[in-house]
Amino acid sequence: MLTETQAWDVLHAVPDPEIPVISVTELGIVREVHARDGGLHIVVTPTYSGCPATEVIAQSIRDALVAAGAGEVDVETRLAPAWTTAWITEPAKEKLRAYGIAPPSGDAAVGGAQPIRFVPRKLACPRCGSTDTTRLSQFGSTACKALYRCQSCLEPFEYFKPI
Amino acid sequence: MTTTPAHIEYVTRLGDNALILGQRMSEWCGHAPVLEEDMALANMSLDLIGQARMLLTHAGKLEGKGRDEDQLAFLRTEMHYRNLTLCELPNVDFGRTMVRNFLFASLQVLLWERLLASSDTELAAIAAKSLKEARYHAQHAGDWVVRLGDGTAESHERAQAALDYLWPYTAEFFAANPTDEAIAAAGIGPAWSELEAAWEAVVVPVLNEATLTVPARTPFKSYGKFGRHSEHLGHLLSEMQYLQRTYPGAQW
Ligand SMILES: [Zn+2]
Repeated sequence: MLTETQAWDVLHAVPDPEIPVISVTELGIVREVHARDGGLHIVVTPTYSGCPATEVIAQSIRDALVAAGAGEVDVETRLAPAWTTAWITEPAKEKLRAYGIAPPSGDAAVGGAQPIRFVPRKLACPRCGSTDTTRLSQFGSTACKALYRCQSCLEPFEYFKPI
Repeated sequence: MTTTPAHIEYVTRLGDNALILGQRMSEWCGHAPVLEEDMALANMSLDLIGQARMLLTHAGKLEGKGRDEDQLAFLRTEMHYRNLTLCELPNVDFGRTMVRNFLFASLQVLLWERLLASSDTELAAIAAKSLKEARYHAQHAGDWVVRLGDGTAESHERAQAALDYLWPYTAEFFAANPTDEAIAAAGIGPAWSELEAAWEAVVVPVLNEATLTVPARTPFKSYGKFGRHSEHLGHLLSEMQYLQRTYPGAQW
């Protein structure tokens, strides 16, 4: 059996399958941990609706806790409140930058009247820090990221979009 | 809240819109004009299929006959689908794909915003999640509509042809039958009459900026959301449902 504190410690070490430098807790998708008779009840809020990693994440949470001796683990998926990049912890944002992904900054895409001829924000390159960057695509290798290029060091990089 | 047939019908429509457009958009995978747009279309397709999974799961629970998302997606025939006709039309070219995404995503943003206050709390939760995604889809497509419309003579001509072709199908967005009236009365969803003006207020300025001419309304009507589809849906389903039809109950 694990206490709730021990369970959180185990989860802090479970990496996100897409971005292994940050953990599932740093990403903010583990919302609650409850110890119950003979096991644990975990509440998870997925990131994007179509994120292919959602099922892998639930499985790796289960596997890690069971391996640590948690007994029976059930993972509940909760939709509301919807996941937001504001739940990514500050240390995790630094880890993202060090990994080469510009962390989320500024506001999410706004509703109602969209700005016409939307000009993407100038982001700092996570490699050299230059703000002379351009957006290549609003969607990168996954829906949560956009693709940018740095004009100074000429390296492409991804930007974790705020939602 | 007692479940009414109108409620099941309404959630099924929302799920079918996401599923059918998601399937259509996925046809671009490996075929888009540039790699960046190939990835964007695949990612937006995944968002829509993810939304469809939540919505059809919810519709199946409301129905209470033990049908899950897969049974609803893979074992219904055309006449049981309730998506807007616009979602099932062939892609044809990148211009038509972007104009369609813009017209549809602009509607979705407004609809999800209103569904945040739905008396159906599960639907409100799905709306909160889907809204964040729809905003990026609308921004992406709006950007392209302006670039294509106000681009070269060729891109302008094709964007205008796409708009002329698709515009008549948008009348269906706002068509109402007794289902829609029951939904508005129960506070599950907004009245379409209110949404129509809000949608035009978002869409028309972008089309103007794109130097495209907004077509006049015609008597043309399509009825996909009432279960009467174009010839295109059957072809789409025959591909999408092939595996489950050939190997019933197959899992992996
Ligand atoms: Zn750089």
